[in-house]
Order: sequence, then structure tokens, then C-alpha cells
Amino acid sequence: MSPVSPRRLKALCVKEARQILRDPSSGIIAFVLPLMLLVIFGYGINLDASRIRLGLSIEDGGQAAASFAAQLTGSTYFEVFPGSRPELDAMLEEGRIRGYAVLARDFSRLLEEGRDTAPIQIVTDGAEPNTASLIEAFMRNAWQDWRQARARDLGQDTAQGADIRVRYWFNPAAVSRHYLIPGSITIIMTVIGAMLTSLVVAREWERGTMEALLASPVTRTELLLSKLLPYYVLGMISMAVVALAAVHFMGVPFRGSVPALVVVTSVFLLSMLGVGLLISSVMRNQFDSAQTTLNAAFLPAVMLSGAFFVIASMPAPLRALTYLLPPRYLVTSLQTIFLAGDVWEVLVPDILFMTGTSVLFLTLAALKTARRLDE
Amino acid sequence: MEAATLSGLTKTFKGLAAPALSDVSGTVRSGVVTGVAGPDGAGKTTLMRLMAGLLRPDGGSLSVLGRDPSTQAGNLRLRVGYMPQKFGLYEDLSVLENLTLHADLRNVTGDARRETFARLLSFTDLAPFTTRLAGKLSGGMKQKLGLACALLGTPELLLLDEPGVGVDPISRRELWRMVRELAGQGIAVVWSTSYLDEAEACDEVLLLNQGRLLFAGRPADLTGRMRGRCLHLGGVAGRRRRALSALLRRPEVTDGVIQGANLRIVLKENAARPDPAAAGIEGRPEWKEVAPRFEDAFIDLLGGGPGGESALANAANPRPDSRESLIVAEDLTKMFGDFAATDRVSFAVRQGEIFGLLGPNGAGKSTTFKMMCGLLTPTSGRAEVMGIDLRRSPSRARQRLGYMAQKFSLYGKLTVRRNLEFFSGVYGLSRSAARRAVESMIDSFHLQPFLDAVTEDLSLGYKQRIALACACMHEPDILFLDEPTSGVDPVTRREFWNHINGLVEKGVTIMVTTHFMDEAEYCDRIGLVHHGRLIALAPPDDLKAAAASTALPDPTMEDAFIELINRQEAS
Repeated sequence: MSPVSPRRLKALCVKEARQILRDPSSGIIAFVLPLMLLVIFGYGINLDASRIRLGLSIEDGGQAAASFAAQLTGSTYFEVFPGSRPELDAMLEEGRIRGYAVLARDFSRLLEEGRDTAPIQIVTDGAEPNTASLIEAFMRNAWQDWRQARARDLGQDTAQGADIRVRYWFNPAAVSRHYLIPGSITIIMTVIGAMLTSLVVAREWERGTMEALLASPVTRTELLLSKLLPYYVLGMISMAVVALAAVHFMGVPFRGSVPALVVVTSVFLLSMLGVGLLISSVMRNQFDSAQTTLNAAFLPAVMLSGAFFVIASMPAPLRALTYLLPPRYLVTSLQTIFLAGDVWEVLVPDILFMTGTSVLFLTLAALKTARRLDE
Repeated sequence: MEAATLSGLTKTFKGLAAPALSDVSGTVRSGVVTGVAGPDGAGKTTLMRLMAGLLRPDGGSLSVLGRDPSTQAGNLRLRVGYMPQKFGLYEDLSVLENLTLHADLRNVTGDARRETFARLLSFTDLAPFTTRLAGKLSGGMKQKLGLACALLGTPELLLLDEPGVGVDPISRRELWRMVRELAGQGIAVVWSTSYLDEAEACDEVLLLNQGRLLFAGRPADLTGRMRGRCLHLGGVAGRRRRALSALLRRPEVTDGVIQGANLRIVLKENAARPDPAAAGIEGRPEWKEVAPRFEDAFIDLLGGGPGGESALANAANPRPDSRESLIVAEDLTKMFGDFAATDRVSFAVRQGEIFGLLGPNGAGKSTTFKMMCGLLTPTSGRAEVMGIDLRRSPSRARQRLGYMAQKFSLYGKLTVRRNLEFFSGVYGLSRSAARRAVESMIDSFHLQPFLDAVTEDLSLGYKQRIALACACMHEPDILFLDEPTSGVDPVTRREFWNHINGLVEKGVTIMVTTHFMDEAEYCDRIGLVHHGRLIALAPPDDLKAAAASTALPDPTMEDAFIELINRQEAS
């Protein structure tokens, strides 16, 4: 550690703050981009797959077919488009519906005969296997529900098998947005922490101002702190903005405490600021820094942090890799703080791990922070 | 007193075969301006950075103000002021905020700060602009602010890395005045430059080329060696360019340029004056001895000029003489927002003429230029090449012209051969014509040894040669050359002008931009560009004659430019 002069550190921080306030791009990265990402991730990515556009061809004129069709039409899972098979084929090809169901000519007859198999044909777009299997599952449920209701109506014995009821803890309505938003916030913080710092430091190299600073009495520690402190503050402010937006506008619960949020955000930000400083100290130009940050920080945060994709179902080598990624710990911490509360059994290990990554990346950044141009 | 002592300094950068500096020794003394001069790639910036303690030498020793900058940098940073290239200013901070930052970093506080600020602001005339953002200052003002920042904390050694780049001639003179004043106060000033006229103005100079020291001492001592060898040949009738080429072929002559109506010839050591008549020069040619310049000495140190032949021009087909106006600009204007980069510029260039646009960086030369080749659309006005309106059919016009861009426009990762082949393809040459063109360029520019070299590894001079080769591949009738000689050594500059002169003799029409005042002398006519306006348009001799006064009977091109700017602003 080299000595720190409070005057020089303050001067550098003031300079940095002025630049942040004046440069529209910092404001955009710190406030506009996060809110945009929040909306995109919050509403755009939706694993709940509600209202699938489904075609329906009723070829049986019986009362049973009409009743089942009504059940489908009334379902919140489907938006139903009636039509003939050729019409629906055409719509499927054009992508206007995701699949269609056919209630064949013998639908009512087979039911009357008390067969157990459902005489329903489902045609789906195999190019989207996810949607295809969702449609299948929803149709099975709808069929099951309809048969039970019909049996009750007919006064038949309804005690067929077990009645399974799922109860989602911490997220009773099973709204996927509630656990996606903590993930989104993680990605936003990654972008702010790593991208913003790596760009501003690289810009100093590109514009030659770094050279002027290095030729002045500034020490390595002052240089490092003058980049860490302002962007730490900026990151905390934007966390506050994003968290408020998530809770107040997107209806995400907040069951933990603010101090817990401050602590996990702090250790996470320090890690990512370290990553950003490390990258820009090595690259020294904005284009390479942006590319590297995208690949080394942003993409892993999206794909390997557990924000959207479940870590438990990843192959073992990738799963091992995720332990090195600070975003992984922030995702579970934020999910806990927002949805469950201050569960220290979860938060403490996360905080310890992120403290470890902070020390690791900041040390590397400090070692790579040049005091000379040929270092 | 010696402010810095260099002995046997060597510095090699990783990945580069040739050392950036090799065995450089010299001294920098207090109270004088020491020039670090040389073309791009000479090692000037490396030397400045070594003295600033920003680089560590690989070999040799360096002492700055009695200390070793690689181990005792901490102490030196308060005593050494350093202005990097591009001035090192924060463009989104105001003048005062930039100053305040550097004052805080250099422990200039309280009353001392108030005093220093007042002194520096009046010294640099920046007092009325303290709240303006540095990014909104002109080149000259940025340079003064950079200087003011480097002067905070009253350094004993002031390092200025290429302060003359991107600055108009008036601001450049002002900076010289300021630097002289500082040297007068006992500060050791180091000024690095690729302009040899600036080097000549220094008290002492370290002349570098390709990392090696060619000369250390007083510029006058170096130019003094050339006394008696520099001559003007006046009274040449007929074609000056042909006459120059004939003289350069004579064994007595080592170097020569066109200077307006005169030829300026440098003789080999102890050589007699050649007989103009024997060289086939018509008219009443008359020799007159002139004062040697720093550049003459530099070229002599490099082993003389490149002769007068241009293989490129020799291989070119002659174009018929028509003397028509092939390039026409009429009230050409280009606005960027509310800033007029080119402001109502009009000129016409005749077939077989060299037309030059002269002005400092940022004056609007390149913008005008790009409109003339159809790369930028004018905001208003007319731009025509060979009667083709560039607004309507820029690509049809571009087929007939060759364009060499200011910045290196080749593919750095491709080999020289692939670059040549690519550009022959771009111009749509048939396969056999393309092969012939590539072979001819390889011969003309002696590229055979470099064909398989990766282009970005070559020196700037060779890159520029290849860029010119690519622009000439399709034998254009008009050549647009945007700062073709910027940053290259003077011998390579001569070689470029050989090609240009030779091509014009073959009837090619050439439009060229330059910020070298002396290069403007090669042109038949020049337009002086200042703040986007064409302030004068005439043959170089007429411009100089117009600026002559009793105080300055024989002005240089730069004197003329400054005089014309002053007159423009007075009216």
C-alpha cells in the first residue's frame, strides 16, 4: 500500500464525480439502462408461459365436445382460435398459433363408451419443444379437470387417485417475475460495476489523461481508490433505484432488511469494480475493455449465476466454475432478502464468498494498476 | 546547469524487434529550450516518457535533476512538469477545474494557488475562459491549458511532447514566446517535434531517427556544416519540375526542392555548381547562395536525398493536355451542428496542376477534401470532379480518381501483397490488368523484399508508400492526397514529392493537403485554410510577396500565412 494524501484523493474523487454528472453515458449506464433491463427482464422474460395461442378444431358435434371446448376457451393458459384443420395448419405455419388441438369426430362416442384414453389430437410446432411440452402438460391438466368436473356433474365417484395440491412457499402465486427480478438486479449490478469502471479507466488511457496523472505525484493507492469510491457510491445509488422500482412498481416483496441488502451489494460491487479495473488496466482501450467485460462479466452473470438458469441442472464442470463467480452469490442473497427475509444461514456464506472474490479481484487490479507505462 | 543527463539509453518494447531507443546520450540544460526532433517512430515520445519516469530504460543510465527517475520517481514528480501528446486534459472538465485538479495533485494550495492561477491565467490569456469546458477550446487554447497544468508547482524541468501538433501558426508562435520566457526564468524546457523548423528554433537539439541519435548540440552547429552547399536557382524558364528532376540526376547534387519560382539545391560536399545549361535548363538560370536549413543537414546525415527519379511516374501513361478545370468547388459548406467545418469555399483546379490546401490541423482541410472525393455530402454548395456532380453520382466520379487517406488506410493484419491485390480488386480491374498493376507497383516502390511482411509491422514511411501505390493502382487522372507526408522522415518526403512531381509531368492532376508550410512551395497554387475559410488562393510566391514588408522583405510561407490571417481578422 502506498501512502494516501487526503487532498489528492479528494481532488481525484471530485473530478470523477464531475465527470459522472456531466457525461450522459455514465448516467445512462447507471440509471436508464438498469431500469430498462429491469423492465425487459421483468416483463419480457416470463417463464410462466400464460396465454399460449392455441388453435382448436371441433369436428364432433356432441355436447361433451362443446363442454370441453368451453373449458379450454375459459382457461387462463390458452387463447383459443377455433377453425378447421387446414385453416389451423396454415396458421401454425405462419406462426400465428403455437399448436392446435383436434376433438375428433368420435370424441363424444368414445367418452360415452367410458374409455379412459382422451381422444384428442395435439399438433404443435416441434421447433419449440419447450412450448410443445407445455401445451401437452396444460392439455393433460385441462382434460383431467374437465373429466373430474364432468364426473361430479354426472354424480359419479370422483375419488380417482390422489388429489395433488402444490403450495409454493415464499412465492405463493408462483410468479416467476419474483425470482427473476433478483437475478435481473444481479446482472444490472454486474454491468454497472464492471462495465462502467472498465470503460472510464480505458477512456483515461485513450485520451492520454492517464499519462498526465501518472506523471503527477498521485500514488497507486490513490489512483485505485479514486476509481473505486465514486463508482461504489454510484452503484449503491443505482441499487437503491432498482430495488425501489422492483418493490413499488413490479410488486416484488421485500422481506429482508435494508442493512443486509447494503452489505451484500457492497461486497458484490467491490468484486465487480475489481474485475472492471483489472480488465481496463490490462486492455487500455475502450473497445477491447467493453468486449472483454461483456465476455468475462456480463455473459457469465446471465448464464452461470443462476439468475435464469438453474445451476443444479448444469454439467459438473460448469457448476464448479460458478463458485468463482460473484454474481452467483448475489443471486441467492437477493432472492433470499427479497422473497424470504434475512436468512443468515444463506447470507453469511454468500457474504464470505463475495468478500473473498473482492479481495482476489481488487488485489489483482492493484497489482495491475500501472505506476508506469511499461508495467 | 544540467537538468538531465542521458548516457547510452536503450529501450525495447515487447513484441517489437527494433529498439525504440538505442544507445542515446546527451544532456538537457537548465535555462534553454532543448528540442527532441525526428520523424514518427524516431523514439521522441519514448525519450520524453523515460525522463518523466513513466518508462524504465533497459540499458544505459538516466539522471533527472540529480536523481534516477526509475527508482526515485516520487521526489521528481513534483519537480518535473510533463505535457503528454494531446495535452492530457479532461475534456468534460472546465479550464478552472482542470487547473484545480492538477493544483491539488501537486500540493499547490491556499495563497500560493491563488497567486499561481492568476499568474498562469494571465500568462496563457485563458482568464476569460475559466468556466469553458476544455473539450470546447480550440487547439491552441487546449495547448496553453495543457502547458498551464504542467507548470503548476513551478517545475524545474518541463517536458512538452509534440506541443506544436494541431495548433495554428499564430498560437504556435505564442507558445514559443511563452516557452522562451520560461527558459529565461531558468527552467529546463524539452520540446519534442517532428517539424524541423521547430527543431531549428530550439537552443539545443537531440536529433533522432529510428531510435538512434544522429546529432546532439546547437542546431546552428549542424546547419553550419552545410554552409556554401545550399543554392537557389532562379530564372528558370519552362517546367520547373522537369528542371529539378534533371538537376537531381547530376552527380554534384544531393538534394533539391521546388521553392516557388526557384529551385533550391543542396550540393554534395566539395562539389562544384553544376552548369544549368548542361542539365538542359532553359531561360536565364542564375545561382545564388542561400542560408542552410536544419532539414538540409538532417538529409545530409541520412545520406542525401532520394534522387529525382520516380519509377511510378515513369511507368504512367501520359495524359493529354487539356488545361480544363477538372475539380471545381463552389461555395462549398459543411456544417457539423452549428459549427462550419468548411465555410463557403470556392476554387477550381486545372488539369496537370498541383493544388495544395494548406492549414493547421483542424482548419477544415480534410473536410473540404472529403467532400471533393464524394466521401462527405456538402451541406450546401457544389462539388464537381471532371464535370460529375459529387452529390448525384459520387461513385462514378470515384472511379476516375485516386484517394490516399490521411490515416493509414490499409489492412494492418494483411501482408503487403494481399493489400495490393485487394485494392486492385476494389477498383474493379480485370484479372490480368490487376496482376500487371500489382507488379508495376511492386517495381515502382521497391516492395519486393516486403511482400510477405504483415503491413502493420512496417515503418510509417513504407505504409505511406503502399497507401500511395494502392491509390494509383487504377491509373487515375486525378489524385487526392490527404497529408501524404505527415510524420515521415524528410528523405521519404522527398521521395513522395518526386512521385507527385513526376505524375504531374505526365498530366495527372493532383490535389494535396499539408500542414508543412515548406511543402506548400511544391504546389502550383495553394489555398490557405483557416477556421474553415479559404483566406487566400494564389501561387506560393505571390502569397509570400503579398505578405512582404520592409521589416520582413523575404517572408517564409509561415510568415505569409500569419500575416494573411492577421489581415483577414483585421478586416
